[in-house]
Amino acid sequence: MAELSNPFSLVGKTILVTGASSGIGKAIAIECAKMGGELIITGRNKERLQETFLALQGVHHTQITADLSNEADLETLIDALPPLDGCVNNAGINRPLLTQFVEKKDVLDVFDINAFALFLLAQKLVQHKKLKKKASLVFTSSISGVFCSSVGGSLYSASKGAVNGYAKGLALDLANRGIRVNSVNPGIIQTNLFSEGTITQEQLDEQMQRYPLKRFGKPEEVAYAVIYLLSDASEWVTGSNLVIDGGFTLL
Amino acid sequence: MNIEQFIQDFASCFEDTEASEFQATTVFKDLDEWDSLTTLAIIGMCSKKYNTKVTGIEIREAATIADVFNLVSSKNG
Repeated sequence: MAELSNPFSLVGKTILVTGASSGIGKAIAIECAKMGGELIITGRNKERLQETFLALQGVHHTQITADLSNEADLETLIDALPPLDGCVNNAGINRPLLTQFVEKKDVLDVFDINAFALFLLAQKLVQHKKLKKKASLVFTSSISGVFCSSVGGSLYSASKGAVNGYAKGLALDLANRGIRVNSVNPGIIQTNLFSEGTITQEQLDEQMQRYPLKRFGKPEEVAYAVIYLLSDASEWVTGSNLVIDGGFTLL
Repeated sequence: MNIEQFIQDFASCFEDTEASEFQATTVFKDLDEWDSLTTLAIIGMCSKKYNTKVTGIEIREAATIADVFNLVSSKNG
């Protein structure tokens, strides 16, 4: 029987996944490996990164522990990288705070990780010619800050809005080399980011009912969208925002 | 930690309720102004003024302002 064609295949593609030690980044790494990609995963926590690494199907994967908001770590990572076909940025934090409590330190903490680290990584990848022609960059943004927000979520929203704006400008800058830049914009995904107890289970259940599809997303459901944007199936897609939110922003 | 100061800080999380209504024994969830936003305000206040992380669940389990004070005190060691 002839082999089935698969436009979403990542076979032969070398892909960097940041924030791979947990949550959405971890799921993206695992699913991309299943699609045949050769992965370089990075994250801040060595033990958890190792867990992700062990869960990757196939061989030829690499793991590099790095805190991308630390300039020395960023340099080390860049030096260690081979030329890439894809890069997925996931590192992110959420710090819900009502406006009256927001201090400059909070603004900088959230922006350092959610936005500035991502801007600088992209800049270094371009400067050091680590992106092959026709490479694909995918940023994990959010519906928050682009289509909606939440109480106490102004910093998170602002940082994600910044990511979306950056993706559009970068898409234009890199278009002449056929390099594409897109974002995925998830609604609430069931990850540890929301399991820290600041929000009660009742509040989560109530929030879930506001999703037309009546549940939160699964990390792998974001990964599938990322696979599309990394693959040749999306070769004519750049500067776009792919909303994955169970219908939340329809209302 | 000083409970008088804590009560003042607690009161600052509210906009309309008179300061005199806030005592150590006040059952704060019975105040007219209480809502889920106030929980976020108290979490923010404890984090910024007392460098202490309290959760929505802990606030829900507390009844009086003294309960929240004791919670923050115990976390402060």
